[in-house]
Amino acid sequence: MTEVSVNAVSRDYEPTFGDYVALLKPRVMSLVVFTALAGLLVAPGGLHPFEGFTAILFIALGAGASGALNMWYDADIDAVMRRTAKRPVPSGRVEPGEALAIGVALSGISVVMLALATNLFAAGLLAFTIFFYAVIYTMWLKRWTPQNIVIGGAAGAFPPMIGWAAVTGGVSIESALMFALIFMWTPPHFWALALFMKSDYDDAGVPMLTVTHGRPATRRHILAYTVLLAPVGVWLALTPVGGPVTLIVAVALNAWFLKGAVDIWRRDEAAAEADNYKTEKAFFRFSLYYLFAHFGALMIDAALRTWGGL
Amino acid sequence: MTEIKATHELHQRRLSRNVGVALTLVFFIAVVFGLTVVKVTRGDSIQGFDHVVRPEMIPTEAAQ
Repeated sequence: MTEVSVNAVSRDYEPTFGDYVALLKPRVMSLVVFTALAGLLVAPGGLHPFEGFTAILFIALGAGASGALNMWYDADIDAVMRRTAKRPVPSGRVEPGEALAIGVALSGISVVMLALATNLFAAGLLAFTIFFYAVIYTMWLKRWTPQNIVIGGAAGAFPPMIGWAAVTGGVSIESALMFALIFMWTPPHFWALALFMKSDYDDAGVPMLTVTHGRPATRRHILAYTVLLAPVGVWLALTPVGGPVTLIVAVALNAWFLKGAVDIWRRDEAAAEADNYKTEKAFFRFSLYYLFAHFGALMIDAALRTWGGL
Repeated sequence: MTEIKATHELHQRRLSRNVGVALTLVFFIAVVFGLTVVKVTRGDSIQGFDHVVRPEMIPTEAAQ
């Protein structure tokens, strides 16, 4: 756990501001900002623009705080994995205690500020999300079950729901579908990564599906979750927050995503190694665009309803 | 009498972090101030400084 054998960095090293920013996982935050903004913009009613800005800012900060807590707790396995070894804590640039302190402090600030800017329900949902990611996923599920990604994906799925709650003060079928879209998208996204980041999870002893059930089973799981994901995207497009743009995007992207999942399912390891996991890498890259395009389409339809008279 | 000392090398190493933290704090203050202005100027059902709702202040149909 926190008994970290960090890669040696000179004791004279002073962490830069950038090291602290890296603790907050800025790339994950950008996805959180985008999906939370979509939830906030498509929700019926409205906030003052500055309240909306503040809400997004502190939802993102809450996500960053949970990232810092994750880096504090996972420093030992991050140090083993090539993809994460350069993170501030395993590389020795930031002390584990500092990461914990920053994570706890920013969690408190973000929840209190979201409550002041919007409402208690949204703030409670943010607090639960941080708890879910830092405790349920990081401390419990990640090292315990190969379903870690499936259940842990809920943490990443909450931001649009929080954005929606910031405006409406509650939940609805639309916000639940936005949650479901990210929730169902997470397993194929991460399992594709696990297929081509071959030895990382094995080395770290994280019970990824590829480690516990093997690669053919992982390929089947990717296909199964992608099949379950497709109707969620289309259903969301047919709700009042959807529209023609969302529907076109949902149909096109899901057809493409399904094709990618079928391609992955039909391949074996020999074929994958022969072309250096080309199909898996392409599927992973596409999965990032998939989510951005879906939520982008929702925002375009919301804008069309507001200004286009649709 | 103390003489003026050159900036310690430590301060130079920490400069970027200190400036970053300072700017973050200034930004945070600006956000809290902005939020306060938005909440207060919108007013809703507040009267004066005591934040107590006065039923007589709620617009009635007759007044409209």
